[in-house]
Amino acid sequence: MTEHIIDIKHLSKSFSGKEVLSDINLYVRRGEFITLLGPSGCGKTTMLRMIAGFLDPDEGEILLDGNPLVGVPPHKRPLNTVFQRYALFPHLDVYDNIAFGLKLQKIPSDEIDKRVRKVLKLVSMSDYEDRDVDTLSGGQQQRIAIARAIVNKPKVLLLDEPLAALDLKMRKDMQIELKEMHKQLGITFIYVTHDQEEALTLSDTIVVMNEGRIQQIGTPKDIYNEPVNSFVADFIGESNILNATMICDHKVSFIGHEFECVDEGFGENVPVDVVIRPEDIYIRRSQSGTQFSGTVVSCTFKGVHYEMFVDTDEGFEMMIQDYNAFEPGEKVHMLIKPEDIQVMKKERVDNVIPATVGKEGTVQMLGENFECSTEGFSEGDKVLAHVPFDKVDLEDDDEAGKTSGNVSFILYKGDHYHLTILTESGEKVWVDTDDIWDKNDLVGINILPEDIRLEKAEENE
Amino acid sequence: MNKRSSWALPYAIFLVLFVAMPLLLIVMYSFQDASGHFTLSNITKFFSDRDSLSTFALSLEVAIENTALCILIGYPAAYILADKSLNRSTVTVVLFILPMWVNALMRTLATAELFTMAGIQLGKGTLLFGMCYDYLPFMIYPIYTTLAKMDRSYAEAAADLGASPFTVFRKVTLPLSLPGVASGVLMVFMPTVSTFAISEFLTNNKIKLFGTIIQENINNSMWNYGAALSFIMLIIIGLTSFIGRKDNAGAEGGAI
Repeated sequence: MTEHIIDIKHLSKSFSGKEVLSDINLYVRRGEFITLLGPSGCGKTTMLRMIAGFLDPDEGEILLDGNPLVGVPPHKRPLNTVFQRYALFPHLDVYDNIAFGLKLQKIPSDEIDKRVRKVLKLVSMSDYEDRDVDTLSGGQQQRIAIARAIVNKPKVLLLDEPLAALDLKMRKDMQIELKEMHKQLGITFIYVTHDQEEALTLSDTIVVMNEGRIQQIGTPKDIYNEPVNSFVADFIGESNILNATMICDHKVSFIGHEFECVDEGFGENVPVDVVIRPEDIYIRRSQSGTQFSGTVVSCTFKGVHYEMFVDTDEGFEMMIQDYNAFEPGEKVHMLIKPEDIQVMKKERVDNVIPATVGKEGTVQMLGENFECSTEGFSEGDKVLAHVPFDKVDLEDDDEAGKTSGNVSFILYKGDHYHLTILTESGEKVWVDTDDIWDKNDLVGINILPEDIRLEKAEENE
Repeated sequence: MNKRSSWALPYAIFLVLFVAMPLLLIVMYSFQDASGHFTLSNITKFFSDRDSLSTFALSLEVAIENTALCILIGYPAAYILADKSLNRSTVTVVLFILPMWVNALMRTLATAELFTMAGIQLGKGTLLFGMCYDYLPFMIYPIYTTLAKMDRSYAEAAADLGASPFTVFRKVTLPLSLPGVASGVLMVFMPTVSTFAISEFLTNNKIKLFGTIIQENINNSMWNYGAALSFIMLIIIGLTSFIGRKDNAGAEGGAI
């Protein structure tokens, strides 16, 4: 018995040319509760369906206890699934739904009887054997769906957003029960959800996914406290994500101030991102011992704490959570402790776009011809065009731009927005802007000639 | 009567004039003799007439055979049409339904011509062929809609629980598609009991069905007996559809 029950190696999948999973590598420990977490379209459900056997990967392997699963039809896989919309058989009653798998295994009927009753007790649905499934409430149907899966004693239980259709209160109760069931059964759970709070509550391990790639794997605490990139920081919980400069080890500068931090090994004067959770900013009325000051803009009661937006004197907006309320307009002073500053390597410092030098003074990139200085290059040269984030101009009217694209991700960085634009040519451009755009907005893209800097591309590219 | 319910008025008038009144007339004629006096003789005549009874039995037999044939051919066809891995286009679906757009009489006449041309003896075989050809789309379509609407996750759940593809079909897909089959049966069985044109053209009137007798009686101005036969058929069809409805209760219908 190895420690890994499932190994996923180099898993890739495309649907009609669009890559939904690219080169996924992941292992699942025996008995753990692992959650695939990400926004819709991140590939998490596709991955689950491949483990269950409803989809075949284009490339890569899935191993169960070291044996390959790809090519094994779903009915021969010792796994069971709890479906998002339950998929209880409407022509069978509760008992026959749960006994469905056991009857197929030709298990003697008194044994089936015993196991069905036991599992009904486990999901607190005893005495419901004879009910028609469509007379049950959503929560009850969900319990039966779970019972139908676990009665077969699968090696791994796959759960596809099982609580998404329930109301908040019911969802909270079911979360606790699921966790309890996992403990009692000792079965490995692979859970898919887009709800970060649910993932943090339930999981031993969280796999954060976005756009077909794994962003971070870790315990809920790791993921929350030490996000590896701005996507994870933004997706998990509330956060202030800011541009910063790592001055030297243990010293980082952002929002116009220098702060002590615990991170090291980034180098000197290196641009980085920092994440500060809103509950980690200490807010005071008196100035003594604080690091920077600002003015409260808004204050909202959130049940346990107050959520405040504060404009710092240097013009950055910070989200702060505190047990005490500060009135809008009030002058306040703030403090951030070194261990609460999470420094992240920047994924990129400017746009690097593959391009080809065209006729005099033009370069072809993003599927269009852009004017720029091509001094030192000749026509047909393969180059990389560097464009600073804040030099990409966005236009309301997509016709007004040289090319166009859709806003696919928005990140607020305290004093500006950092947008990811998916262009018509299928490439990505990152833009810093003060203007407010909405997700999926169609925008025109312009770049001035003087803002494009060409660099010779590596020979092997 | 408020404003909105007055919208229903034209339909109510239509129903009274063209549905309720004719039905009432049929019932009245059934229990009257030629001079307009009340009598049960029309009804007793049917039940004591060997020929009428055997024609009626034959009609039922032909209708049952035709319905069975339509299920046998129509179900697999509907299954293939609804399976996205086997059929990706809706054009094929339309092609199967297309014969419904052509006048049934034309199709029947054409079929009869084809048989004559090929030198095939007209008889029960050709009758069943023609009926099946005429009514198959009415079987395929409701089954197709039920199958196409069926949530794929049921089949996936069954496979997930260990059912082989054949078992998935037997234990989940087939039982869940039965409402569609029931609608198909109603839509094929009822008209085949009462049809007369098909048997006339495709058997050269060698085989007489119940519908044929009604038509002959009416044609020969035997209004009362004809009406009584119609009334009996009405009751029978009413009973079958009532039984069909009962099976169908609570299930999603697949009727057109």
